[in-house]
Amino acid sequence: MIKSYKLRRGIANTLIYIILAVMCIIWIFPLVWLVLHSFRINPLDPTIAPVINYHGIFPKFNELGFDNYISLFKETDYLIWFKNTLIVSVASCIISTLSVLMVAYTFSRLRFKARKPFINVGMIMGMFPGFMTTIALYHILTVIKLDHTLLGLILCYSGGAGLGYLVAKGFFDTIPRALDEAATIDGANRNQIFWKIILPMSKPIVVYTVLTSFIGPWCDFILVNIIMGSSGEYDHLWTVSKGLMYWTGRQQMSDGSFRWFLSGSVIVAIPITSLFLYMQKYYVEGVTAGGVKG
Amino acid sequence: MKYTEYMALSPLQRFWYKLKNFFVSIPRGLGNFFKGIGMGIVNFFKGIGKAIADFVMGFIRGDIFTKVSYVIMGFGNICRGQLVKGFLFLALEVGYIFFMIFFGTGYLSLFTSLRAIYTEPEVVMTPLGPQQGESQVAVPSVKILLFGILTIMVTIAFIAMYFVSVKSARKVSELAKEGKRIPKFRDESKELLDAKFHSTLLATPIILISVFVLLPLLFMIVMAFTGFRGTVPDFGWVGFEQFSGIFETTSSGAGASMGATFLRITGWTLIWAVAATFTNYILGMVVALMINKKGIKFKGLWRTMFVMTIAVPQFVTLLLMAQILGPYDYSPMNLIFSTLFGTTEAIDFLGETANNGLLPRIMVIVVNCWVGIPYTILMTSGILMNIPEDLYESARIDGAGPVKSFTKITLPYMLFVTTPYLITQFIGNINNFNVIFLLTKGGPGVNTAYAEGAGRTDLLITLLYKLSVDKGLYGLGAAIGILVFIVCATLSLVTFNMTKSAKNEEEFS
Repeated sequence: MIKSYKLRRGIANTLIYIILAVMCIIWIFPLVWLVLHSFRINPLDPTIAPVINYHGIFPKFNELGFDNYISLFKETDYLIWFKNTLIVSVASCIISTLSVLMVAYTFSRLRFKARKPFINVGMIMGMFPGFMTTIALYHILTVIKLDHTLLGLILCYSGGAGLGYLVAKGFFDTIPRALDEAATIDGANRNQIFWKIILPMSKPIVVYTVLTSFIGPWCDFILVNIIMGSSGEYDHLWTVSKGLMYWTGRQQMSDGSFRWFLSGSVIVAIPITSLFLYMQKYYVEGVTAGGVKG
Repeated sequence: MKYTEYMALSPLQRFWYKLKNFFVSIPRGLGNFFKGIGMGIVNFFKGIGKAIADFVMGFIRGDIFTKVSYVIMGFGNICRGQLVKGFLFLALEVGYIFFMIFFGTGYLSLFTSLRAIYTEPEVVMTPLGPQQGESQVAVPSVKILLFGILTIMVTIAFIAMYFVSVKSARKVSELAKEGKRIPKFRDESKELLDAKFHSTLLATPIILISVFVLLPLLFMIVMAFTGFRGTVPDFGWVGFEQFSGIFETTSSGAGASMGATFLRITGWTLIWAVAATFTNYILGMVVALMINKKGIKFKGLWRTMFVMTIAVPQFVTLLLMAQILGPYDYSPMNLIFSTLFGTTEAIDFLGETANNGLLPRIMVIVVNCWVGIPYTILMTSGILMNIPEDLYESARIDGAGPVKSFTKITLPYMLFVTTPYLITQFIGNINNFNVIFLLTKGGPGVNTAYAEGAGRTDLLITLLYKLSVDKGLYGLGAAIGILVFIVCATLSLVTFNMTKSAKNEEEFS
């Protein structure tokens, strides 16, 4: 009896290992494909896009080289786009993080008359498709002459950030109130409590907020697409995501810009991926807290 | 029904019982929802009534300083020695009056008709003698619409500040009457870091949200009632014409009518949202369970493999997927198929060239699984480990297999704990722009079965994009956006109410 139970468990576990391995291959395959192909060149004619001269799913060893990267930096606006992305992401990350933490702390810790109405209005605003505001923002920016500027982009990304306070509020709610009370008795005012007691204790949620509000603008293409317009005059104000999307257009693909898409994708993914893997722990904490608390 | 009676039922009866309960609870949920809205409105008007009563009584009872403060803001504060505060109020009033004279009134008066203003046609000298030139747009309708809304918002903010100033004047005069010390500006600014710290913290976010969320939202909502389209600078109010335009049954130009398009896309949006949410949820949970199973080694490695895909920006993976699933025989997925299964003809996974909608629809759901399952794994791993191990233990002793213990223990427990997550996921999937736009751009079937460049995999949100950005039908797009909002808002509020009441009645143990 015991033997058959052990045997059954062994079979079950083996099955699970096989399933997990297959799934991992499916999940990792596109990423490996991306990285390998970004190094793929055609030794005879390096200008031809790697997909066109296909033979085999993965490149052979003698087809590997840095040509795609060199041409990416030499022949395209990629560095300018990368700089724009960095400026926009860092600036809106700072504004967003401050807004989120301030709003979350207020709604979690401070009690005042307008608290409930503010929370309700915020909830209703959050239910509109975020996209509706994007189109309106384009018209607004045009009227106030901030369209086709990086400043406009930054403000659009970080302006509404305060509404995404729920996860951080959930975290602040778990910090015991006795701490605040003790600090008040010691003569601290609420400003000092916020900066010197609550924030230093909330490292996970601060990191989570920074991470998400940095990744948001870094990966967004909808707003740039609408605000910076199609190809032409404003190419130098694009962010990387907009440029990469442009390169996958049908016309650009046949012109061979897919090689830039591949190498550009790898480079734009490196900072986010390393940041993410490094801070994975905090991200998981935030996601779990937000999902369960709601 | 008591628990023992319930347990005595056969599985089919239990199912009917649950189904009946679900449908019975819908009217109650809806009822609660509308009752909540009604109460909110009543409370709102009660509050306003009370404020007005206070306002009038304050004027009648107040001394001369208070009475003057009703006209000249801050007068009472200045006379009682609160100089800085008083002058701030006064400056606010003066500023508002100037704003209205030079800016607000003009736009407000234009706001009623919205029609654009044209300059007088210039007289141009031509060899044939003086001729009338073209008249230019001086103030386009969009600007009138936007600044009209802005003026109304500023006015509402000013009225709020006016009430604050009047209240402050009354308070100061009361303090003076009682012979108490009147707080100086310095004392009150100290308050801003303590008792009134909420105003300090909220001030900047609220201004930002007003300008970058509230203003655009109001702008979009109002836009649904105008005839705004394309680059035409001049348009007026059209009432509910845009909403009836959504359900227009006659076709204009190529493709189907707007009404048919809208209904089909709504249907697909709902199917997509349900399928995408639950495939992600259940498959993700199964994988998480496999990783967390006792006796499985390298748990960290498996998890990291999946998390890797979250770490790569989504637009990169989605654009990449669109290329991998390309329609050509050299596209990677087709290459794999031909090497593994020996297929000779290239399969058009995303319907780039074909017109059949079924395969692309399945493919977007599959790719969405690829994108979403790692999130579910992350999200559920922690909660799954919290399920008491002895539940599984006793289920196994009672002879339950892994499938049974999943459907009887894991799923109910998880559904109970993660309902808010599911609701947000569902709403998020209704508005899932990225997956559709980057994979199929809404195709196939563009211009044949659908109107206005929509296609078989288009969701309402991508339809909104196409109507607004590609076709310039801003009014129509805004109307659709409002409908989406109404659906999402009712859905989430009703389900939220229902789960709340369900939670109170039968605690999961």
